Amino acid sequence: MTMANPKIIVVGGGLAGLSAVIKIAEAGGNVDLFSIVPVKRSHSVCAQGGINAAKNLKGEGDSTEQHFDDTVYGGDFIANQTPIKNMCDAAPGIIDLLDRMGVPFNRTPEGLLDFRRFGGTLYHRTAFAGATTGQQLLYALDEQVRRYESDGRVTKYEHWEFLSAVLDGNRVCRGICAMNLRTMEVRTFPCDALIIATGGIGAIFGKSTNSVVCTGSAQSALYQQGAYYANGEFIQVHPTSIPGEDKLRLMSESARGEGGRVWVPRTLHDKRDPRSIPEADRFYFLEEWFPKYGNLVPRDVATRAIHRIVYEEQLGIDGQPMVYLDLTHIDRHTLDRKLEGILEIYEKFVGDDPRIHPMKIFPGMHYTMGGLWVDFKQATSIPGIFAAGECEYQYHGSNRLGANSLLSCIFGGFTAGPEALKYAKNVAKTSVEVPSSVFEAERKRQMEINSRLTSSSGTENPFRIWRELGEIMTRNVTVTRYNKNLIATDAKLVELLERYRNINLSDKGAWANTSFIFTRQLYNMLQLARVITQGATRRDESRGAHYKPEFPERDDANFLKTTKAYFAPDADEPRFEWEMVDTSIIKPRPRRYDMAK
Amino acid sequence: MAENTVRLKIKRQDGPNAQSRWEEFEIPYKSGMNVISAMMDIAANPVTKDGKTTTPIAYDSNCLEEICGSCAMLINGKARMACSSLVKNLEQPITVEPLSKFPLVRDLAVDRNVLFENLKKVKAWVPVDGTYDLGSGPRVTPQKQEQAYPLSNCISCTICMEVCPQFNESTGFVGAATISQVALFNDHPTGAVLKEERLHALMGDGGIHECGFAQNCVESCPKGIPLTRSISRVAGQVMVQTVKDIFSR
Repeated sequence: MTMANPKIIVVGGGLAGLSAVIKIAEAGGNVDLFSIVPVKRSHSVCAQGGINAAKNLKGEGDSTEQHFDDTVYGGDFIANQTPIKNMCDAAPGIIDLLDRMGVPFNRTPEGLLDFRRFGGTLYHRTAFAGATTGQQLLYALDEQVRRYESDGRVTKYEHWEFLSAVLDGNRVCRGICAMNLRTMEVRTFPCDALIIATGGIGAIFGKSTNSVVCTGSAQSALYQQGAYYANGEFIQVHPTSIPGEDKLRLMSESARGEGGRVWVPRTLHDKRDPRSIPEADRFYFLEEWFPKYGNLVPRDVATRAIHRIVYEEQLGIDGQPMVYLDLTHIDRHTLDRKLEGILEIYEKFVGDDPRIHPMKIFPGMHYTMGGLWVDFKQATSIPGIFAAGECEYQYHGSNRLGANSLLSCIFGGFTAGPEALKYAKNVAKTSVEVPSSVFEAERKRQMEINSRLTSSSGTENPFRIWRELGEIMTRNVTVTRYNKNLIATDAKLVELLERYRNINLSDKGAWANTSFIFTRQLYNMLQLARVITQGATRRDESRGAHYKPEFPERDDANFLKTTKAYFAPDADEPRFEWEMVDTSIIKPRPRRYDMAK
Repeated sequence: MAENTVRLKIKRQDGPNAQSRWEEFEIPYKSGMNVISAMMDIAANPVTKDGKTTTPIAYDSNCLEEICGSCAMLINGKARMACSSLVKNLEQPITVEPLSKFPLVRDLAVDRNVLFENLKKVKAWVPVDGTYDLGSGPRVTPQKQEQAYPLSNCISCTICMEVCPQFNESTGFVGAATISQVALFNDHPTGAVLKEERLHALMGDGGIHECGFAQNCVESCPKGIPLTRSISRVAGQVMVQTVKDIFSR
């Protein structure tokens, strides 16, 4: 029997969540959309450079097969190939749809979409709207969702935090438990299918390019409820970010796509103004080391090269961990037309005009390739729960190519929406028939966590525990990984979890208590940090963003496998399994960027 | 005052019905510090200048890159984004207050949902037929794109509404951000199909005629959006529509 009007809940209002909502509403379904922030303020707005689709409008002979190959190769072959192929095939149609929705993409003189080059490919494949592509895409989808909201198909619950899924006796999802960020009310909401689209986990690393809400708390809560978490060890460190006190601000890959060059003075402590240093005294190390791709090598390759320059060759600018990203040779009009948004960020937050002064940049934590394990229908291992966007693991292997994330968000949402609706229509028992005791039990469990926190009278400040978490994760679990340090990190995480039990909430108020919410998220961050760290410990090879000097080669014989972590409640720690990777279309081959593929 | 410290005076209020109060802080200065990172440091050690333990400050923030529109507040009396307010450029003590024209939630957090409701009223969207593959969109000249793009950069921070003398309860004025979105969508080849409905929505109470051309909006917009140009253009469209309405009665 199929149900006429199932209820779907979507958690997260970035590109993936909104894409799912639109598909469900269009098919006639009803959606409750939950978000910590008003959805128009979601982290997707921070994406800058563009979105990939092989439309081949530059006469280069690009094709979706080529896009597929670049993505699999860029991810170092550890991603399942079938969903990536589907995504690359769908990409040109997705660009057309966004164009029809009014995204102000940059244009050619003939009025067609313009495309720029991005890392990890030799083709102009990236459509863009200035340097604020993510913002423009999010707004287009936000507007469509607002339209459905006006029609009564979508109900928004903004300023609500997802706490957990409501699972019945068979561990099937029947709803969610959430908390109002103003009234602090804890409530359950029934649904027949749930889509998680809660984005990244940057806060686990303290400072990252991510937004404040990107804590990974929702993913971690589901992992602790029994969902598999896959490939957590693959963390992307973006080669070009601007170090800051509160966060690392992204300097988009599009700066290099439009001709930006990375260099350092050939001699340490060269005191000259960078503009007066002659070409012969500049070391364009990416161009020298990787002549074919030059400044547009993939992110993991560029990041390691910068680390080598700074830490091994000791050639950072003035001995500091920084290198130049130079746009000053490009004319001002072109820069303003194509890159204005990102140049403004540099100008506003650093105070120098990058049209005149070479920018000073350094790698910063940016993206998680790993995430909730999903099957090809975006379904997690808990029946009734789907996932899409950065919070799941499916499309980027061990290294994501620039401008593929917006695509994977939208494609993932477009897949998850209809699949969740199909599941909900065919579910044996609807959420309405589930006894209220199931919901009440979960609400009670969450309320108990809350009262434990408010009644705790320890000495530990949650924000300080968070800083320690971020520091050790950034030091030991990002660019270069040694097993000894990883093991020490996990021990530190156990210590932080122990100290967490002795927390002191400086604010016990019952209204709009942001530090209370943060403290809840912090616990989930600590648990997920262990998954990332232990996953990295177990993978004794180097692949994509995961680099171990002790095991410098990719090892397909032992590690061409997906890492799957699950939570062992009694031991209060992760357990691991391996899963074979779908390499049915392209046979794995060595990945190198100093020559054409 | 020591060179290497920052003094802040922050307006606190526990809830919509609570009394407000001022709290002063003195914290170590760090290079590159902005108002948000200063408040993060306060959260890690919530102690006032007088040594009194207090609570971390409640405020809205998210991207910290001036693109999500969350952290608008009054800093030294001026409505601006806290993330891009660099401490080194501000006179001290830095006073920080919530926006004054929106319902207060707590401390520096206010409820700005009114903007999103206004965007519904003017149907600020392109009514596509569906999300299935219908081929490419309309051709757009680069010049047209360069006109549309700045308007599409609006981050919904509501600063233009905060600084507008006409934006208050008695006028019910929709404010510049919404009108500028009308300009954007009326100009879009497909979006134009809803042009009449949008203009009608701007005719009644709180509509575009409430604008007094104080120009505060365009001067305060953190994204430099040509808001007064949008208002003039839409005002012209409303006038033409009014005449059309008379003759089609």
